[in-house]
Amino acid sequence: MPAILHPNEVEQRPKRRYDEGDTGGGRLPPVDPKHTGGGGDNDNWNNQPQGSRGPRERLLRYRLGVFFALGGDLMFFIALVSAFFVSKHSGHFDASARWINPWLPIEIPAILWLNSAFLLFSSLTVEFARRAMFHDIDVLEEWLGLGHPTRKRVLPWLGASIFLGGLFIWGQLLAWSQLRLQRASFADNPSTHFFYLITGVHGVHLVLGIVFLIAAFIGMRTIRSVESRQILVDCSAWYWHSMGVFWVFLFALLVYGQ
Amino acid sequence: MTPPSPLTSRRAAKPPGRSSSTANPAPAWRRPLAWTDHHYLALGYLGLSFIAVAVGTLLSLAMRIHRVWPTGSLLGASVSPEQYLALVTMHGTLMIFFVLTVAPQSGFANLVLPGQLGSKDMALPLVNATGFWITALALMIMLAAFFVPAGAPIGGWSAYPPLSAMPAAGPGQGSGMDLWLASLAIFCIGSTLGAVNTVVTVARCRCPGLTYGRLPLTVWSWLTAALLTILVFSVLFAAIILLSCDRHLGTAFFVPSTQWVNGVVTHRSGDGSPLLWLHLFWFFGHPEVYIAVLPGMGLVSMLLGNFTRRRIPGYRMMIATTMLIGGLGILVWGHHMFVAGLNPFAGTAFELTTMAIALPSAAKVLNWLVILWRSRPRFDTPMLWALGFVSVFVCGGLSGPILAQPALDAYLHNTFFVVAHFHLIMAMAAIFGIFAGIAYWFPLITGRALHERLGKIHFWWTLFFAYSTFLPMHLTGLAGEPRHYAQLDGIAGTAGALVRSTLPLERHITVSAILLGLGQLLWIVNVLHSWTRGTPASGNPWNATTIEWAPETPAGCTLVCEHEPCHYEQISASPITGDAKPHPQWAFEVSAE
Ligand code: HEM
Ligand SMILES: [Cu+2]
Repeated sequence: MPAILHPNEVEQRPKRRYDEGDTGGGRLPPVDPKHTGGGGDNDNWNNQPQGSRGPRERLLRYRLGVFFALGGDLMFFIALVSAFFVSKHSGHFDASARWINPWLPIEIPAILWLNSAFLLFSSLTVEFARRAMFHDIDVLEEWLGLGHPTRKRVLPWLGASIFLGGLFIWGQLLAWSQLRLQRASFADNPSTHFFYLITGVHGVHLVLGIVFLIAAFIGMRTIRSVESRQILVDCSAWYWHSMGVFWVFLFALLVYGQ
Repeated sequence: MTPPSPLTSRRAAKPPGRSSSTANPAPAWRRPLAWTDHHYLALGYLGLSFIAVAVGTLLSLAMRIHRVWPTGSLLGASVSPEQYLALVTMHGTLMIFFVLTVAPQSGFANLVLPGQLGSKDMALPLVNATGFWITALALMIMLAAFFVPAGAPIGGWSAYPPLSAMPAAGPGQGSGMDLWLASLAIFCIGSTLGAVNTVVTVARCRCPGLTYGRLPLTVWSWLTAALLTILVFSVLFAAIILLSCDRHLGTAFFVPSTQWVNGVVTHRSGDGSPLLWLHLFWFFGHPEVYIAVLPGMGLVSMLLGNFTRRRIPGYRMMIATTMLIGGLGILVWGHHMFVAGLNPFAGTAFELTTMAIALPSAAKVLNWLVILWRSRPRFDTPMLWALGFVSVFVCGGLSGPILAQPALDAYLHNTFFVVAHFHLIMAMAAIFGIFAGIAYWFPLITGRALHERLGKIHFWWTLFFAYSTFLPMHLTGLAGEPRHYAQLDGIAGTAGALVRSTLPLERHITVSAILLGLGQLLWIVNVLHSWTRGTPASGNPWNATTIEWAPETPAGCTLVCEHEPCHYEQISASPITGDAKPHPQWAFEVSAE
């Protein structure tokens, strides 16, 4: 194999058939090339090297990465929930051969319902922020340096999400202190182990989400590249949504599964 | 000629004269944010593994010496039974996590995955770099466990409770165990980040024409191992959190409510069971051993094709077996628990899944043999290591289905028979894969070849003493020699006599192990020598067909992939003799003007 193919050799090679899906990379075939230059030639993003094929390439990578990471996170929660059911059903025989199951369900503090509502609302607000990040005309204007229309739209929604997320965390802490006042603390019973553990690790996940949202909030002002801002907001939003969905299931488990 | 620097981009590292007319890209360290460059990270990961393998080997030699000479002292200090267990634990942990997981999966993938995909970089360089530094931190914490007051943990690499749940259970189970748990929790995060990057890179950074069916088998195995990593390391993470609660917050997930350990009685609320830890741990642990060996299997397939100049028959089937091994690997964890109190019906179910996984593994082995059948391979060092891999993999694999029978395992579990099984199939096979990879890609890293003669001596030495070390363990295991015993003599009764009878073979094993370890100095000398003074290698020294060996893409062209790897055209009349002309995967298409 010579290191260099001469142009005539190259021309003799069979062309790849894009219309037969032979495009590599699993992306859509470039049958409808995006011509940005108006004239049509020379500016086909699909001919650019990997990593610079149009504004969404990096975004899609990060988004995919977040989804895979969340898949792993799902396994984490599945493992915890399996342990929950194992503990719930385990016990021992006492001296008179009776089966003793120490599991005592606790009453879920009512405030958790309120918290859940906050969390669902925050999912809405964060989705508004995410969508605003992709409002074509605004993005174009911002990209051209004609002002900060996306920032104006996105920041309030981000702020609202952070606020609601903060309320959720605060409410969870409140629920903990209510339980402790009722003398149901972490070490008391297998069911309380799991109540604190599940709300705790989910809370840690949410705190991480709030950190991401705050980073996005700050990044809206400090990060130069429009695409990086989009990535930050988009990925934080997907993460946040997933934490909401996880919470719905975990909450259902705590309420109905004990 | 100035020696090419390893850290310039690999195109620039090629010896002058071969490099194409296009301008060389700037050296990696002059590009912005070079610390996320995958070449650096690859060397970093391999460096971490090197530290871990050096320490781990010394620990294992100390174990071997102590086992046959329990009254002796190592470096002036005698080894107590607890210290022996600490040696076992740290040896296993360092080797399995920081050598066999890090080097083939993170190290090699960073080295050549983008190259094999025809991509300039990984998909998520920042995530990639973060994963590396987190892994480095995990190694530091793990090594720190040696230096806390009571020393390193003694729970084995699988850290079974109740030993691991009670700080009072023994020296090293206090802060040593905490460091161990912290280190592995951090390791889980780091390797998950690395795996996410790998998956996204494979999904998004393939060059045009490189469809999934044309991906080299190395890429398939990295992909499968990365998916396994994402799925199972998070379960280990959860288990570690639960165990830490047992240790510090008074819960009883993995221990019964009342225990009496070392004269201390503790009460907790709950009726936990060590079996829960075993389930969670082995749900992770078995896929983990496949994470360790899959990259080696992929590499061996490619090397056999490359050095016999033959196509890989049933290419799609080989992809399928890779995925099957990964998929079934998640369903077999119970075979580590046959005698741990598992329900016998569950034991039968796990026996069946375990036997099922032997099928795709056997399909792979048969495929390797078909490639080799009536071929005239070129016996360069990478090829030798690949053949050695096949050999030890078969030899270690045969004992797998034996251990998979609950009835037989009742006798063999916790004997050296198991140690022989996994040292051949996992430790030696994966290490052979690492040596194969380093010998094969050395020219890509450094622009120079490893010294062939020295490499061959090192290979034969290692092969011989690997067998001489690990084959006899089958016999001592069958004779009843238990794992994790610090001392074999001095046990009273017939059982003691039985165990004592293995001592002569034990001495043989120890001598072999020391010689095996010493032989690795040859490799170190070879690498150091060849890196600075080796003969410069040509751009594609092995006549390889995969894209990491493609020359610099000419200006105005795009690199595209034409077909699957290992296409060779036989030139001479006889298909058996003579060299063949490679038809590489890559071609250059003139970009649309
Ligand atoms: C042919 C397929 C295989 C079968 C049927 C098989 C079966 C088994 C069984 C039943 C055990 C449990 C023995 C016991 O603890 O009593 C075991 C242990 C083990 N196997 Fe395999 N195995 C196979 C392949 C592999 C592979 C490919 C690897 C790694 C690359 C591996 C690594 C291990 C390790 C590390 C252990 C011991 C873990 C420990 O107790 O510390 N096995 N195997
Ligand atoms: Cu296994």
